[in-house]
Amino acid sequence: MTASTPSSEQPAVRGSALHRFANPARFLRLSRAVQPWLLAITLPCLIAGLYFSLVKSPIDYQQKDTVRIMYVHVPAAWMAMFGYSTLAIASAIGLIWKHPLADLAGKAAAPIGAGFTVIALATGSLWGKPTWGTWWVWDARLTSVVVLLFLYLGYMALWNAFEQPQRAAKAAAVLALVGAVNLPIIKFSVDWWNTLHQPASISRIGTPAIDPAMLTPLLLMAVAYLGLFLLLLLVRMRVELAERRVMALQLARSRAGEGR
Amino acid sequence: MAEFFAMGGYAVYIWPAYGVAAGVIVGLFVWSWRGLAKAERAEAALGKRERRRAPKVERT
Repeated sequence: MTASTPSSEQPAVRGSALHRFANPARFLRLSRAVQPWLLAITLPCLIAGLYFSLVKSPIDYQQKDTVRIMYVHVPAAWMAMFGYSTLAIASAIGLIWKHPLADLAGKAAAPIGAGFTVIALATGSLWGKPTWGTWWVWDARLTSVVVLLFLYLGYMALWNAFEQPQRAAKAAAVLALVGAVNLPIIKFSVDWWNTLHQPASISRIGTPAIDPAMLTPLLLMAVAYLGLFLLLLLVRMRVELAERRVMALQLARSRAGEGR
Repeated sequence: MAEFFAMGGYAVYIWPAYGVAAGVIVGLFVWSWRGLAKAERAEAALGKRERRRAPKVERT
């Protein structure tokens, strides 16, 4: 509808507003200001979350004590998907507005998301053995999460496959966006295919089908995981920025060397 | 205490699950902090060399 209106100024203005956050100095200042607050929320949630998960919460009448694995498994799966959403959104912003920090945000998020995917897969497997009787099945949910892990790995491999960072960023961003179709597949896999993995117990609409005594540790761990993800993202973005500055300095030095 | 660590007989599944989660997250932090220190060291070294060279250029 609005695409037909020829207003070329609009995106440019929005682009410049966005580019104000592309200023690395501003980003570094912002990240230093946010970090202590993130830490102040994450650490208490993590400690309380572990206490509730391992000590205070009751055992499940079917799963017995193995229900405690859920508190490290479910939030990890959530963060695996959150990480990929970050990757896809950052890639879109990088492709459309040529936002340099967006490319770095995507590059920084990938190993963290991949880490949480590994946690989700490993803890799921450790829960599956005593409850399902098997470490692994090629169930729709499990398979689509393995695909997610390979998307993360492919994204990281593409970043390393090109010498020019701009070309690497573009190729990786395209992969990230194409791979984003996997997100709804993961989300709805438990509804579309009636296989082993159980459907979600927690949704935004309606009351969750889970006891409050089990919801408390789950939500505390979810907040802690989110905080850890964001803290890691800030550190990794600083790594990427510092590495980029080193590259620029080396380039400037080699150019100065040629000039003499 | 022993009862707590036994986890109702499921200790072999529960403790590795928590161990993997902790290991991956701690590993990510250590790797990132090391990478940051390394990059900042490289940057400082390059910057120092730049600054040392800069006055020389001005004098000539």
